[in-house]
Amino acid sequence: MHSFGYRANALLTFSVTALAFICAIASFSDKFSNQNPSAEIQILNINRLKKQSYGNDEVSLTLDISADLQSLFTWNTKQVFAFVAAEYETPMNSLNQVSLWDAIIPDKEHAKFRIQTSNKYRFIDQGHNLRGKEFNLTLHWHVMPKTGKMFADKIVMPGYSLPDAYK
Amino acid sequence: MGYIGETIDSIKSIQIRQLLTQAISLGMIVTSALIIWKALMCVTGSESPVVVVLSGSMEPGFKRGDILFLHMSKDPIRAGEIVVFNVDGRDIPIVHRVIKVHERDNTGEVDVLTKGDNNYGDDRLLYAEGQQWLHRHHIMGRAVGFLPYVGWVTIIMTEKPIIKYILIGALGLLVITSKD
Repeated sequence: MHSFGYRANALLTFSVTALAFICAIASFSDKFSNQNPSAEIQILNINRLKKQSYGNDEVSLTLDISADLQSLFTWNTKQVFAFVAAEYETPMNSLNQVSLWDAIIPDKEHAKFRIQTSNKYRFIDQGHNLRGKEFNLTLHWHVMPKTGKMFADKIVMPGYSLPDAYK
Repeated sequence: MGYIGETIDSIKSIQIRQLLTQAISLGMIVTSALIIWKALMCVTGSESPVVVVLSGSMEPGFKRGDILFLHMSKDPIRAGEIVVFNVDGRDIPIVHRVIKVHERDNTGEVDVLTKGDNNYGDDRLLYAEGQQWLHRHHIMGRAVGFLPYVGWVTIIMTEKPIIKYILIGALGLLVITSKD
């Protein structure tokens, strides 16, 4: 009953259970954080709106993104993954979401930022529906915890549109 | 002579009963682990409710050796979700983030493009020959929670199978030699 084997087994079981309990509590504490992030996106310039050689429309644009995501960081936060997606509707597709830019925010200091950038990923449609298209720009964020449940949310900013003709 | 024969017989019979009991308890442990695994599969709706992160393509968020808890629901797949998917022809599931979604109006079918956070380019190189998009049936689940470091046990046992054999051998020895 007091051999090394039994003691090692009891110690291991207890420590695993205690660790699991601590992880669960750490994750649960995220529920109580008060979050009010804010963001603003402006389109500085539509660089190109063209039709690719095999038919799909592609647009390249420059964005001015400013956001304050500091309130998302808790003691259990490892990083926040933020990205901006253009969302629009076409006759064939009820929803299109195209990620234009993303960033990994490792800590609270970097969470308040303003950046001017052209789109990191190509904005390509399935078809040629982009002329004059109205779309939303949505800033999504995913909070990746040090341990436990991940959660995500977004801010939708409607009212952007593309030019009526290829350029 | 008869007395010795009797004692030997009684010793032998006790050992057989003990052996059988131990074998049955070992069987119970293994089957209850299997029951828990299958129940998890039912609850989460995913073929593989827990996966181990094998590569560094989602760093710094998920490092090699972390485990992810998956859940699959009928909810539509949206950009930003971290999904686990199987590519035809590969048997190791990949855990990456969805960056593009095109959902059909009439059928609800969806074209999805994924990318690892730490990768430069998107996953089209990983998809099967000629495949440009993932579809719903490729996706095994969404990552909803995570635990760091716990997956190293599985990685070590898979990559150095000798350790697996040593562990099982030691466990077997323990079962046979323990008195209860």
